[in-house]
Amino acid sequence: MALKIVKGSIDRMFDKNLQDLVRGIRNHKEDEAKYISTCIDEIKQELKQDNIAVKANAVCKLTYLQMLGYDVSWAAFNIVEVMSSSKFTYKRIGYLAASQCFHESTDVIMLTTNQIRKDLSSPNQYDTGVALTGLSCFVTPDLARDLANDIMTLMSHTKPYIRKKAVLIMYKVFLKYPESLRPAFPRLKEKLEDPDPGVQSAAVNVICELARRNPKNYLSLAPLFFKLMTSSTNNWVLIKIIKLFGALTPLEPRLGKKLIEPLTNLIHRALDLLYGMVSKKNLMEIVKKLMLHVDKAEGTTYRDELLTKIIDICSQSNYQYITNFEWYISILVELTRLEGTRHGHLIASQMLDVAIRVKAIRIFAVAQMATLLDNAHLLTGNMQRNGICEVLYAAAWICGEFSEHLENPMQTLEAMLRPKVATLPGHIQAVYVQNAAKLFSTVLKSQEGSTEGTAAQETSQLMIDRLPLFVQSANLEVQERASCILQLVKYIQKLQQKEVEVAEEVSALFAGELNPVAPKAQKKVPVPEGLDLDAWINEPPSESESEDEQPKAIFAKEEPKHSRSRHTEVDEKELARRREARKQEQANNPFYIKASPSSQKVYQESPGVEHIPVVQIDLTVPLKVPGLPMSDQYLKLEEERRQKERADKKKKEKKKRKEKRSGRGRRHDSGPESEEDITPAHMVDIVTEEMPETYILPTPDNRLLTMSSTSIFLFFFIEQKSSKHKKKKQKKEKEEKEKKKKKKHHHHHRHHSDGGADESVQNGTVEDEEPLPVSMCLTLNHKVCDIQGNLQDGSQVVVSVIFENKCDSLLKSMEFNVLDSLNSKLQRPEGSGPHDGFTVPFQLPPGVSNEARLVFTVQSIVMPQKMKGTLTFIVKNEDSSIHEKLDFKLHFTCTSYLITTPCYSDAFAKLLESGDLKCSSVRLEEVNMPFHHLLARICFHHHFSVVERIDSCASMYSRSIQGHHVCLLVKTTVSIDAKCDEPTLLGNVLDEIKQTFSQC
Amino acid sequence: MRFMLLFSRQGKLRLQKWYTATAERDKKKMVRDLMQIVLARKPKMCSFLEWRDLKIVYKRYASLYFCCAVEEQDNELITLEVIHRFVELLDKYFGSVCELDIIFNFEKAYFILDEFLMGGEIQDTSKKSVLKAIEQSDLLRIYFNKADA
Repeated sequence: MALKIVKGSIDRMFDKNLQDLVRGIRNHKEDEAKYISTCIDEIKQELKQDNIAVKANAVCKLTYLQMLGYDVSWAAFNIVEVMSSSKFTYKRIGYLAASQCFHESTDVIMLTTNQIRKDLSSPNQYDTGVALTGLSCFVTPDLARDLANDIMTLMSHTKPYIRKKAVLIMYKVFLKYPESLRPAFPRLKEKLEDPDPGVQSAAVNVICELARRNPKNYLSLAPLFFKLMTSSTNNWVLIKIIKLFGALTPLEPRLGKKLIEPLTNLIHRALDLLYGMVSKKNLMEIVKKLMLHVDKAEGTTYRDELLTKIIDICSQSNYQYITNFEWYISILVELTRLEGTRHGHLIASQMLDVAIRVKAIRIFAVAQMATLLDNAHLLTGNMQRNGICEVLYAAAWICGEFSEHLENPMQTLEAMLRPKVATLPGHIQAVYVQNAAKLFSTVLKSQEGSTEGTAAQETSQLMIDRLPLFVQSANLEVQERASCILQLVKYIQKLQQKEVEVAEEVSALFAGELNPVAPKAQKKVPVPEGLDLDAWINEPPSESESEDEQPKAIFAKEEPKHSRSRHTEVDEKELARRREARKQEQANNPFYIKASPSSQKVYQESPGVEHIPVVQIDLTVPLKVPGLPMSDQYLKLEEERRQKERADKKKKEKKKRKEKRSGRGRRHDSGPESEEDITPAHMVDIVTEEMPETYILPTPDNRLLTMSSTSIFLFFFIEQKSSKHKKKKQKKEKEEKEKKKKKKHHHHHRHHSDGGADESVQNGTVEDEEPLPVSMCLTLNHKVCDIQGNLQDGSQVVVSVIFENKCDSLLKSMEFNVLDSLNSKLQRPEGSGPHDGFTVPFQLPPGVSNEARLVFTVQSIVMPQKMKGTLTFIVKNEDSSIHEKLDFKLHFTCTSYLITTPCYSDAFAKLLESGDLKCSSVRLEEVNMPFHHLLARICFHHHFSVVERIDSCASMYSRSIQGHHVCLLVKTTVSIDAKCDEPTLLGNVLDEIKQTFSQC
Repeated sequence: MRFMLLFSRQGKLRLQKWYTATAERDKKKMVRDLMQIVLARKPKMCSFLEWRDLKIVYKRYASLYFCCAVEEQDNELITLEVIHRFVELLDKYFGSVCELDIIFNFEKAYFILDEFLMGGEIQDTSKKSVLKAIEQSDLLRIYFNKADA
């Protein structure tokens, strides 16, 4: 019986599975047809066997061949056989094959009816599911008629997984057997309101398809669908429903009106997507499309929506995607042509923002704004009610502020003083008046420069003529400004009449350029000492009040400083929130590395300064601000680190540092400690890493020993190239490089590596005969492998393999497999077969390395072992991917089963006295090294510990994972006498020791 | 949807799913014709084309073409979404999916497709629930394998 099982599994091992077939076909590019015909012969043999697993494997391969265009209709009956297997694995393959190969004229389909019915009523939902899926592909009128009732029952199955499949397949059944529709329809309709969204969407799909064929019958469902459309958030379902309504509206015109609102809502959702879509490249294109829609749009609400979207999209992330601001200004100007929009102020604020912040655009912007002012009458049909006149506010301001760029300032001035301006809203008139004054000063300047003095006087006269209109304004702001300016101009006129040059002095009224300020600029201004920004100056006003003020205060938007301060307020709040969160996180996270516990104390103990550190850290450039304690600390940290780097132990420096620390210590006591904790920590780390060089004898009280480093390192160099000739050279080069690397890492062991590496390379190269479709020069996989016995379990060995990807492509789907021997077996994940590989749980992007741990069970540890294995993986390039295989050998030395175990000399003596141990000895030839080096080497490479050293000899001890004692007596004459309770193990360990020294 | 095809740039068929039973000979001819048409199209050309009485929606992912045939009244954009969703599912399942994953695990690719589409209609729009179904059936397979051992 046992033999039969073994034989069975061996047979199976030689069977081709699907992967082998695929690989084979790829390797026989020239004689594919021939290869496949032999494969088909094999498959025919396999199909004759009783074993259902073999049959399923054969059918799986046939399905693949069918796709390649080979006729597999002869195997139809075998497919049915596999379908009727009781095991899900095989059943699934059978149904897949059937769905791919069967069609209405396949005669065996009649045989499947009962099997399918059985599967449909299976207690296992996946059996049922697989049957439904298969049936959906090959359902015939007969099957539909015979199974309609069974499927209808399944529509009310308890599992949504089955319900949704049953609902979907009903559509196929209706097509093949229309009589089933009438009895099934009520239940189908019910499913439109199924609690499970999957079932619901399936029902929508089916009914939409049915309705498309005959819309009239489904009109009664319109209310239900309407409800779904307004409530569902599933876009897939929505699209189907909208399509359904497309079919229904011609029949019921009243539906159209009802649909407008939900449809516009949907369009808004689509508009939201545009945010994420835009890039520098496509912004103009997208906005152009939107502008078209703006022109076409009928309702003002929708048009306003589009308008705000355009502005939002353009201005997002600080105009990140705008490459051409002239274009943007033009868009804004174009938008002003919209009649009846509510968003004039939005456009205005954009104009202001861009004109102020983008210096280079000012000339263009001013020209555009001047035109706007000139054509203001076109904009404002009905001034008061028209929201768009808000843009005149921006236009007037820009023309006034940057009037030096105006081509014809006089014309603009006239435009701004037209009587019709008086019909504009008050706040706009106010800006007009103020900026008319600015313009006036510019005009004066240019006119005084030229020869005619009269022109300047005429300009003054124009002002004096026009301004009284504004002085009479009902709006106080307008009135006040106008009368002020009027008096000023009158005075100027007097001076002009005395032929005094006034332009210079007038322009001094508006001197100073308004420049944009960077958002973070405020942070660069040092906070004066003693100023607490968090403290309230007055009691805070109620929130509602401050909000009321904002919308009206349009000036707030034009003055960058003003808005900036609002930003910082937000920042402060945000910072406080983050600070809190961070504090929380640090407190809860025991693994928080950066801040040592004592530095946390700082936060807790001195709440008065707790806000400071975070503010400082958020600064991109640490500033040297006097009086800011944290920035000091920040800087000093840097300084200290630099000082340490200089590594000077001069006392002077130390004192200096102490002074500094004490200075800080006054503020928060534990501060200096925390820093001291941080910086040296790095140093200590490095020291421990370099430890192995300065070898330290293991001592019993060294706790590290329990986590003993009984590891040896094997190195595998596996490379692949398209040309075989280059291989050896490159291989050697690489090896040398690696050796150099290893020397740096002292705990890597060279001795073992060389032999193993050579072998594995050879192995990898010789057997790697698979033609590589893409030239893939020098992909080198360097794997470092560490084999380590498990103390807890005497039969377990853990192998850590480091995979490093040295090629330029992504490596994925790595599968690590070894051929198990009787003695050693790879522990595979639960449920996988004895020949399955271990799937490496990560992918390797180029240049990345990662470690995988494999556990082997080992029966006997007295002999060294070599295990053959393969690593298969996929090399993925930009647009191609190659399946690759590497062969290697895994070398388990006896040493790797030893674990460094400390032993006291008296226990050691007792052990030797007991007489249970067998004796053996070995002489090391040509070893010229100091005795303590020799001992260190044995300790390090072979996991021994020194028990005692007396003059010219030393006793050493180690233990295997299965509890064997190994005792050595090493003499300066370089002979080793050894005792062990397992002579074979001892012999092998001694051989390995000898090998270690023969190589140095 | 009438059928879905996956084929490589070299004109190798990688996966085919027919949602209406079609005779083998017709399938072959359609696949051949369609591959020729799609492969001849330039990258910047439209992803939709009319072919016989059907609409073809295709999209290229690396070296693989995903190609669906839908009826005239069907929406091309949603078909494109279906293709993309399928690719996402494959990607989630295989982890950065590539052509070879589909070649070597073509049965799995079918199982995923079957959980996503059924009879040419979307079965479940939730990626999570599709992947969960696959995961569950994989577990079932493992369970049986274990029972075998």
